[in-house]
Amino acid sequence: MKLQKASAAAAGALVLALTVTACGGDSNDDSSSGSGGGKITIGIKTDQPGIGLQLPDGSYAGFDVDVATYVAKELGYDAKNIVWKKAPSAERENLIANGDVKFVAASYTINDERKKKVDFAGPYLLAHQDLLVRADDTSITKVEDLNSKKLCSVTGSTSAQNVKDKLAPKADLLERGGYSECLTGLENKAVDALTTDDSILAGFAAQKDLQGKFKLVGLKLSDEPYGIGLKKGDTELKTKINDALKKMVSDGSWEKAVQANFGPAGYKNEPAPQIAD
Amino acid sequence: MFDFLDSGQYDLLGAFWVTVQLTLYSAAGSLIWGTLLAGMRVSPVPLLRVFGTGYVNLVRNTPLTLVLVGCSLGLNQTLSITLGGGDFKSIGFRLAVLGLSAYTGTFVCEALRSGINTVPVGQAEAARALGLSFRQVLTLIVLPQAFRAVVAPLANVLIALTKNTTVASAIGVAEASALMKTMIENESSALFAVFTLFALGFILLTLPTGLLLGWVSKRVAVKR
Repeated sequence: MKLQKASAAAAGALVLALTVTACGGDSNDDSSSGSGGGKITIGIKTDQPGIGLQLPDGSYAGFDVDVATYVAKELGYDAKNIVWKKAPSAERENLIANGDVKFVAASYTINDERKKKVDFAGPYLLAHQDLLVRADDTSITKVEDLNSKKLCSVTGSTSAQNVKDKLAPKADLLERGGYSECLTGLENKAVDALTTDDSILAGFAAQKDLQGKFKLVGLKLSDEPYGIGLKKGDTELKTKINDALKKMVSDGSWEKAVQANFGPAGYKNEPAPQIAD
Repeated sequence: MFDFLDSGQYDLLGAFWVTVQLTLYSAAGSLIWGTLLAGMRVSPVPLLRVFGTGYVNLVRNTPLTLVLVGCSLGLNQTLSITLGGGDFKSIGFRLAVLGLSAYTGTFVCEALRSGINTVPVGQAEAARALGLSFRQVLTLIVLPQAFRAVVAPLANVLIALTKNTTVASAIGVAEASALMKTMIENESSALFAVFTLFALGFILLTLPTGLLLGWVSKRVAVKR
């Protein structure tokens, strides 16, 4: 009797897992009909100031949003025909593979593991893992200094793993649910530095009520080329997006978008990366 | 399907061990705190009753995430309370046990209070007539019977607590769901395998608890 109960529960768990998978598959149909109707769905981050942030009035702002809007315009979609979709890091590949979005511009670092599932256009921005410290803190000048410091990052993020595995295994690392939760500790001196991509850090530091409180150290701890993720094998779309990105760089819109979104934090951006064909 | 486990990159057992430790420490903490709260709620002192009722209703209705993040951001990062110091790992663990105990204690209290209601009033009256004090009535007569009546509800609270420990990853405790976040970040191509793995892990933790305590519940129940 008890054994039956156990196996029934295990089977139940499996059915649940399969249902979730099936849900992902179903949405395939919605999008194929959606893309034909003059609208375009784009995946962005909605919780990263400077990159992709949903404003209190429901609109979106950030560098990724500007890039996506520009690319959409080049593809023939007006800004008002764009449907923004929240694309959390873990779901980006599935959103693309299921056809829920046409493409994803969400601080999406190009790497080999991801290339197995999706194709990338770009890169359109070269970010580096960096540190955000209090504006008056000059104690961190090189990677080795980190081993005696208290750092904060987001649970499971690549930046957190980099610190633990490579950069500073001896550092006291606090992992939090979100970057904004780290800022309180940084302000109150409970942690010494917040670490993730410099573009994200610059976005946080450029927020109006935080300007002047924090600064970027500029150590360039890793290379994070941001690309636009799209369905694997869609070379036509990839070429179109690459052309749009090249145009964005050449007509000055790229530089303008970088200055508008990251400028106030004193972020020294890399020049526009060479876009692959 | 689960070939990403072979890389040796992930300490799956270690992460679940932290989950088990969190659960056990918090279960002990919430059992003690919940019993005290239940005692307050049935005590003859009005101030204690008011405190007990107020605390239970306030904390029980506060989302656990808020309680834990409040412990971390409020107690640790703003008021610099470190509960004995150490690195973020040990501070985070102790803060999580504190928050989980404070939260789960309210549910233990309410389960126990329902158990106290199953004890016939005559028993307390008889004990009073023998000259026992309130504390003696509660600890010698009422609570032992109440506990035997609420083993099954307490098992549910324990199972809920086991699953609630996943919230501790929000304040940097390296338990199972924190490892799940790391694996999702790295193994996004095997998303559902990762989910299934952790779902099974939690079933393995909670199902035996439920079966065992269900059996205990039948054994110790007071037949009336």
